[in-house]
Amino acid sequence: MTASVSPSVTDAYEMVVGLEVHVQLNTHTKAFCNCSTEYGRPPNVNTCPVCLALPGALPVLNAAAVRLGVIAAHALECRINCTSIFARKNYFYPDLPKGYQISQYDKPLAEHGRLMIGSTADGQPIYVGVTRVHMEEDAGKSIHDRYSGVTAIDLNRAGVPLIEIVSDPDMRSSREAGAYLRVLKQILEFCEVSDVNMEEGSLRVDANVSARLKGETTLGTKTEVKNMNSFSGVERALEAEFARQCAALARGEPIEQQTMLWDGHKGEVRPARTKEGSHDYRYFPEPDLPPLVLAQAWVDEIKTHLPELPRARRQRLAAEYSLGSDDVEVLTATPALADYFENVARASDDAKAAANWVRGTVLAALNAGAGDIRTFRVRPADLAQLLRLVKDGALSHSAAKTVFGEMAESGQRPEQIAQRLGVLQERDEGAIEQWVAEVLAEHPGEATRFLGGEKKLQGVLVGFVMKKSGGRADPKRVNQLLSSRIAG
Amino acid sequence: MTAVADAFRRMSEVRAGAEGLNIVLSSDERAALNEERESASRAAGAPARPTLAGVPVAVKDNIATLSLATSCGSRILEGYVSPYEATAIAKLRAAGAIVVAKTNCDEFAMGSSTEHSAYGPAKNPVDPRLVPGGSSGGSAAVVAAGITRMALGSETGGSVRQPAAFCGVVGVKPTYGRVSRFGLVAFASSLDQIGTFGATVDDAALALETIAGVDLLDATTADEPVPHYGDSRTERLDGVVIGKPREYFPDSLDPRVRALCDRSLDHLRALGAQVRDISMPHTDLAIPVYYIIAPAEASSNLARFDGVRYGLRIEGDGLRGMYEATRSKGFGAEVVRRILLGTYVLSAGYYDAYYKQAQGVRALIAKDFRDAYASGITAMFTPTTPTPAFAIGAKSADPYEMYLSDIFTVTANLAGVPAMSVPIGRVDNLPIGGQILAKHFDEPAMFRVAYALERALGAEARS
Amino acid sequence: MAVTRDDVEHIARLARLALSDAELPQLTEQLNGILGHMDVLQRVDTRAVLPAAGVGDAGMRLRADDGPPTPLARGRASFAPETRDGFFIVPRLATHENASADDAGGADE
Ligand SMILES: [Mg+2]
Ligand SMILES: [Zn+2]
Repeated sequence: MTASVSPSVTDAYEMVVGLEVHVQLNTHTKAFCNCSTEYGRPPNVNTCPVCLALPGALPVLNAAAVRLGVIAAHALECRINCTSIFARKNYFYPDLPKGYQISQYDKPLAEHGRLMIGSTADGQPIYVGVTRVHMEEDAGKSIHDRYSGVTAIDLNRAGVPLIEIVSDPDMRSSREAGAYLRVLKQILEFCEVSDVNMEEGSLRVDANVSARLKGETTLGTKTEVKNMNSFSGVERALEAEFARQCAALARGEPIEQQTMLWDGHKGEVRPARTKEGSHDYRYFPEPDLPPLVLAQAWVDEIKTHLPELPRARRQRLAAEYSLGSDDVEVLTATPALADYFENVARASDDAKAAANWVRGTVLAALNAGAGDIRTFRVRPADLAQLLRLVKDGALSHSAAKTVFGEMAESGQRPEQIAQRLGVLQERDEGAIEQWVAEVLAEHPGEATRFLGGEKKLQGVLVGFVMKKSGGRADPKRVNQLLSSRIAG
Repeated sequence: MTAVADAFRRMSEVRAGAEGLNIVLSSDERAALNEERESASRAAGAPARPTLAGVPVAVKDNIATLSLATSCGSRILEGYVSPYEATAIAKLRAAGAIVVAKTNCDEFAMGSSTEHSAYGPAKNPVDPRLVPGGSSGGSAAVVAAGITRMALGSETGGSVRQPAAFCGVVGVKPTYGRVSRFGLVAFASSLDQIGTFGATVDDAALALETIAGVDLLDATTADEPVPHYGDSRTERLDGVVIGKPREYFPDSLDPRVRALCDRSLDHLRALGAQVRDISMPHTDLAIPVYYIIAPAEASSNLARFDGVRYGLRIEGDGLRGMYEATRSKGFGAEVVRRILLGTYVLSAGYYDAYYKQAQGVRALIAKDFRDAYASGITAMFTPTTPTPAFAIGAKSADPYEMYLSDIFTVTANLAGVPAMSVPIGRVDNLPIGGQILAKHFDEPAMFRVAYALERALGAEARS
Repeated sequence: MAVTRDDVEHIARLARLALSDAELPQLTEQLNGILGHMDVLQRVDTRAVLPAAGVGDAGMRLRADDGPPTPLARGRASFAPETRDGFFIVPRLATHENASADDAGGADE
């Protein structure tokens, strides 16, 4: 179903989008058993009687999952239910070991939140409502393409704790949906609730989309779009599904409530092949788990100690370090990057240089494959030291770049490297004067012409001095010394 | 002869296996004797002798043990040996007890006669033409046959007390949350509880004391101290108020059963107890409530038996075909019936009318108990069952007829209160049980009445 | 609220139970018989009571985010019907008969 619809058709309609985001919580162990949540282990190694659903095994909820869920709910400005109830969502699937998913249904962990996704032209904030945040467990993985004719089941992920964040149908374009996702991802990252890594599946997005004539106030029939594995994929999938719906509506055809799958390679959506049987999940309260009761004081305490959220952090960085909004945007992309910048800025006492270096050289190194800022070999204190050497004139800017490259390779301290490379600038007057005198003596022709007033030879002579000094002479000083010879 | 060797001798004497009473599904004499020797040497080195050192215990086949199969009386788990062990079993073994047999039961504990076992009906040692009751019929029968003095069963609606009554032994269902369910294969999680059988009140109490207590692996266990139930042993009941709920003594009750109850109540009065008529107005709703809630939870609990990770797998057309073939051939008729019933009452459009309404009525039944205890009652006394054991096959035609044999026992499961059955005499030479109930976690009061009654009845309990 | 044969077929599908044509009428009748006894509940006024889901109104006990899981005394292959390279193996779902790498994600129903 390719979207070959003319803009005039879609122009008449408005897109209405609500998003359901599943986020893996950053815990050591699973939601209901002590199995490790480590990613990338051999199949079924992280399983036990509970997550294999062996006969007689029972779930016990992980306190850390509750804590992270409450932090996320606070960050999304939700009202937290001090009593929430787990329920069973019953369906058969080979990667769902118990035949039901433990989730929350009637009484979720939190409700009625909101997320600011940007502002209007006149500076008014644009909010998207958060309907609910509930806790649940992940399913395992069904791998259909590994062996011919059979499906392989890996339950390492089964039982990993998730929160599901359901938005109100408040978004009106794929761009708004993209903005919601980027803001949400950043908030969750700043709260250290999740790794929010779409490739490893720690953040997954389903979208509910409908179309209606502009000016209409009732909602049209929605479809659910699944199988997107990037934010831009979500945006493209929404456009494709919206175009498909608009075309159908324009032809006078009703929209069928169904699940659509996004095919990123073909850039199109197609209906999920109807699954056998109907969706009747037979929810009922999970009898193995009493209600989750949270003390109000504890809930409030978590709110008080909430990590600094992205918007607050941007405001503080701009004020505290006198940075432009462009710098702030880049430097607060992730909390780890912002931490890194702040550590460099404080230790070097030169926020402007720190911003330039982190934005430029550091990000370039990371993009070139030096990996993650959290494990980057150049520690903030060392980068600050490098900046200080430049500021003090002990290192030329280009030598500093070379030293930085070595630091990123070896993790050694900047003075060590500079010394080894012999690029520390010599500021001893006597040594520089000695080199200048020697160069003049070794190149009598050039010396005579220069001293005779041929000033354009100064550059050549500086080059000789620099070469002789092995680059250690401060070129500024060499120039001064040579100029003074003519003057004198 | 050691206690374990004696248990095996008795097992063969009464022909406990499939060729005879069919009350034992699996046992391993050599392994049990080895374990007994190890237990003895451990006990010799220990500062205090473990409470159950060398004591043989039989265990219902729906409780996970590491060494013998845990089939739940079902074909779907035929030969399945659990790779982990139930908390109750770990506690028994830590106390020195030796598991000598896994006992026959209704499939997944669904039944009241141990006829619904994939491995054939169990027979009552009192009279092999009769059922031993169920679903823990095998465990009750093993104690009744003198193979062990203690056994574990499980209760969802009377599955320990009813077979205890039918076989003439003591059976205890503790307060919900008193004993860990970790390793008890779930039937209806909000009702299930491991219970104990004993040749005497003391045996059943000691077994319970051993397995009771909070368990970090079961979120529904209560962090309540475990009393020493033997301290409840008493001769007098002064100050004790026994409630006699009229709904448990309907006009239709067999007058001989009523007479045995009256005899027991006379004994209790003679020991100083006061007997008070009370009313539990929602009692007649218990069976309908139970047969909505229990199948609903069961339909979900039994979804894990899907042929994917363990147990039986029968191939069919694709994945759905495998699921359907495995489950249809692996589950017996009664289990299929209850899964269908439970799926129906939870399905879209029926949830409110059935499941939700049943939970509401369940709360009313629990309130009956709260109100009774709030009025100053210490314990209650009722018959455990309306009749003695019935003949094998007698109640197979109408499932609901069978369900009614739990009529006096399901209320305790719905309310979560402790209850037990003690032998109080015989009708047509068949054992009759009297039921003693107490309030949540007041097993000591329940045992107090039971100890006193057992002593007062003496040999009358068997006549 | 009479249960029809269609209802029974529907719930059997949901519960992954295959019923033969011979079993259906009898089961339909039995379920109607049993549910008939439940009708008495519809007349009870439960508005005044809070539905009791069981015990634990004080809230559930949580576990710490560490510690080893309950160990398996025997390997997964010892109790699984079919394994390969550590995976549990099942027949392929009908909707994934022509599985390719694109479809490899686990979808819920
Ligand atoms: Mg979900
Ligand atoms: Zn696990």
